[in-house]
Amino acid sequence: MGEERKREGETAESFLAQFLPELVELLSKFESIELEDVELYAERLALEFLPVAPAVAPAPAPPKPLELLMEGFEEPVMTYPGRVLEVKLGATRSEGGSRGRVVVIGGETCPPFYLFESPPPHRPVITMDVFDTKVPLPKAYKAHIKDVMHDPAEWAKRHVEKFGADMVTVHLISTDPLGEDRSPREAAKTIEEVLQAVDVPIVVGGAGDPHKDAEVFKYIAEMAAGERLMFSSVTLDMAEAGTLEPAAKAIAEGGHVVLAFTPIDLNLARELNRKLYEFVPRDSIVMDLTTAALGYGIEYSYTVMERARLAALMGDKELQHPMSAAPSNSWAAREAWMKEEELGPEWGPRELRGPLWETLTGLILLLAGVDLFMVGHPATARTLKEFIDVLMSRGKAKGADIENWVSASLG
Amino acid sequence: MSRAAKEISPIEIYKYLPKTNCGACGEKTCMAFATKLANREARLEECPELLKPEYKEAYQALWEILKPPVREVVIGSGEKAVKVGGKYVMYRHELTYHNPTLIAIDVEDTLEPEAIRKRVERVQATSYEYIGRLLRLDGIAVRCASGDAERFKEAVRTVAEATDMPLILCCLDPDVLEHALVTVYERKPLLYAATRENWREMAELATGYKCPLAVFAPGDIALLRSLVKTLLAYGVEDLVLDPGTFPGEGFSDTLNNFTMIRRAACKQGDELLGFPLLGVPAVAWLEEAPRELKAWREACMAAMLLARFADLLIMHSLDGWVHLPIMIWRENIYTDPRKPVSVESGLRTFGEPDEMAPVLVTTNYALTYFTVENDVKAAKLDCYLLVVDTEGLSVQSAVAGRKLTAELIADAIRESGIEERVKHRYVIIPGMAARLSGELEELSGWRVLVGPMDSSGIPKFLAEKWPPEEEA
Repeated sequence: MGEERKREGETAESFLAQFLPELVELLSKFESIELEDVELYAERLALEFLPVAPAVAPAPAPPKPLELLMEGFEEPVMTYPGRVLEVKLGATRSEGGSRGRVVVIGGETCPPFYLFESPPPHRPVITMDVFDTKVPLPKAYKAHIKDVMHDPAEWAKRHVEKFGADMVTVHLISTDPLGEDRSPREAAKTIEEVLQAVDVPIVVGGAGDPHKDAEVFKYIAEMAAGERLMFSSVTLDMAEAGTLEPAAKAIAEGGHVVLAFTPIDLNLARELNRKLYEFVPRDSIVMDLTTAALGYGIEYSYTVMERARLAALMGDKELQHPMSAAPSNSWAAREAWMKEEELGPEWGPRELRGPLWETLTGLILLLAGVDLFMVGHPATARTLKEFIDVLMSRGKAKGADIENWVSASLG
Repeated sequence: MSRAAKEISPIEIYKYLPKTNCGACGEKTCMAFATKLANREARLEECPELLKPEYKEAYQALWEILKPPVREVVIGSGEKAVKVGGKYVMYRHELTYHNPTLIAIDVEDTLEPEAIRKRVERVQATSYEYIGRLLRLDGIAVRCASGDAERFKEAVRTVAEATDMPLILCCLDPDVLEHALVTVYERKPLLYAATRENWREMAELATGYKCPLAVFAPGDIALLRSLVKTLLAYGVEDLVLDPGTFPGEGFSDTLNNFTMIRRAACKQGDELLGFPLLGVPAVAWLEEAPRELKAWREACMAAMLLARFADLLIMHSLDGWVHLPIMIWRENIYTDPRKPVSVESGLRTFGEPDEMAPVLVTTNYALTYFTVENDVKAAKLDCYLLVVDTEGLSVQSAVAGRKLTAELIADAIRESGIEERVKHRYVIIPGMAARLSGELEELSGWRVLVGPMDSSGIPKFLAEKWPPEEEA
């Protein structure tokens, strides 16, 4: 009987300690006045209230546990009313195209890589950049493609065959009316050549002019009907210029996909999607919410993408589209391309700094929910693939592998 | 149970306030103060009334409502003490993240004292100027690899003499740890770590020397909770959680464990998991790979752990190309999403520009502006800088998102009064805005010179291209 009461007493003590940690904290903090890391309110509270509470004599310290107090853990799984739409890119012969490989992105039912809820239904994919004309590119970027940069088809082949790209993006920079102003027909020829050179799905990139891009997109959408290309990108500028409707219609009629670009603003993203729903099936829209590079506003991109994905899962139908991002933008960061002598020798060679900059921009946005990455450097493509592989499944960790990391020689 | 910041309404807080509108807190009304409290922009102690005995219950109720679901723990002492944890939300957009992740670099006790001093010196010397701020590394983690008490003690002493940064003492043998701890306990190092085997001795050290304690339960959150519960009952309050950072394939479990722990704390009020999280990207160096690849993977793991809730990191690499992106990403993710990172738009003057001084254009995104400002100042240029309101976007993003257009620049030129200050009509726009030049010439009537892609090229550009040939 006595034994039992003692046990009960102990249980009560540890119960108190568990449920009133603030109380325990308060007392012990008051006892140890030399402790510097006191939370201000706790300290003030103790000092202010002590005079009116003289009964706060040191309570008998709870007995220290002799054994580990065992606890369980239930994985904090939630359910979500919404899910992200699946979008298929590329089409095989039997589907009306000519691709040997197609990819499907999206379909998520929980936040990015919350595998304890459900594994992502599809791997995020990588599309690598090809330009149809000379563009200024940093040295570390060019190192692996220098010999093929004059030929988009060869360049595309290099990406697919050597660097393992899932897709290729052809940026039709030469169509810029403020630049070379090449015709839609010439642009279409380039796309045709790339389609013949590789058998992966293709992204068609414009030059950023709302009138010209629409013309080019329309022409190519008709020419390559059935290929399920993705057109990068359609914008609210096009809507303003009155070119969104014809472009979107032609893209939809050709059975292709649009990439809807908006500048880091969920309301604008919704607005553009609403406009697109009139012409384009919902399963043919991918969103580009703008990729700002690491150090150049990436936190805005990260947060807007994270919010978009959470909203989609919570049932916001206007945001339930897969997301695309362009880590290749990060080559604009001076920390990525600058020579050691200029940036400071302590920051290491740009041959490592540059691709790492692009890689980290990609990995960070991977965790915000991006499904499709536009990438420039092969090291970025490879590292993203490596980590995507790792993140697709769990249960591989072995405690024994790291339990002695403290005493290991790390070299 | 603590609650996510979003769930707390000012009305709920207001109920407990004195409602006197005395203004002592600096706000005009108690309601305004309640709003600030709900937004975590004010502290309870700023209300003197609340600290009076008659408000004891109200104060306690508010303290319960407002405490962060992730406890704040201090590592180090004096001016170099660093707060970790103290997180109110799981997602950055729900409020903001408080207390930037502490980044410590490891030092192995098997190194010679001279090598240890060099390593510490390197860590201390690391700094990068970014948006007018100096980015630095924050601490040293001394690891006992020798298993030798004397050796570890010497290493800890050497480090402690070389730096006043916060320390983490990593040694799973409590006797060896204490041998070193006696020399530096006043610095309040983080003790690493309590495990299933050693928790009682570690708890004695933490309470006896009043130091924060890390809890290490690799891949086992149930064990982690058990250890926390036990240590709390033992009287150790300042805990840091290490659920294990696994290299290679196991890294997926690491991110999932970090995510589950933070969700349990922030969304479900699990107080046993409401402590700062420690990630150890240094484990990348346990794998067989070339040196650079290990450093590369360590950087990748560190960046992802920063995104997935790590409040402290222990890293091994000494390479600047690893530190630079990690320090910058930490700076980025800890900015307050409620505050636009922009500067005022308008015309700025550098040096003593005359009527033939160049006129440069940039955006009002703070980073863009300060980068240009630094470059212009460093080169001691006499010039005008027209800062266009792009709603806080950089040149590249603003051009793509039509926040920097020919029309906006033309308007800015007109409204700035620059036309009265200079005799020429040449404006220099950023290289990344080159495509706007034609339209801008039409709209503004000014000739457009396309400047360099990066503002570091401005001095060279001006040396070669200014004054423009027609005027020369």
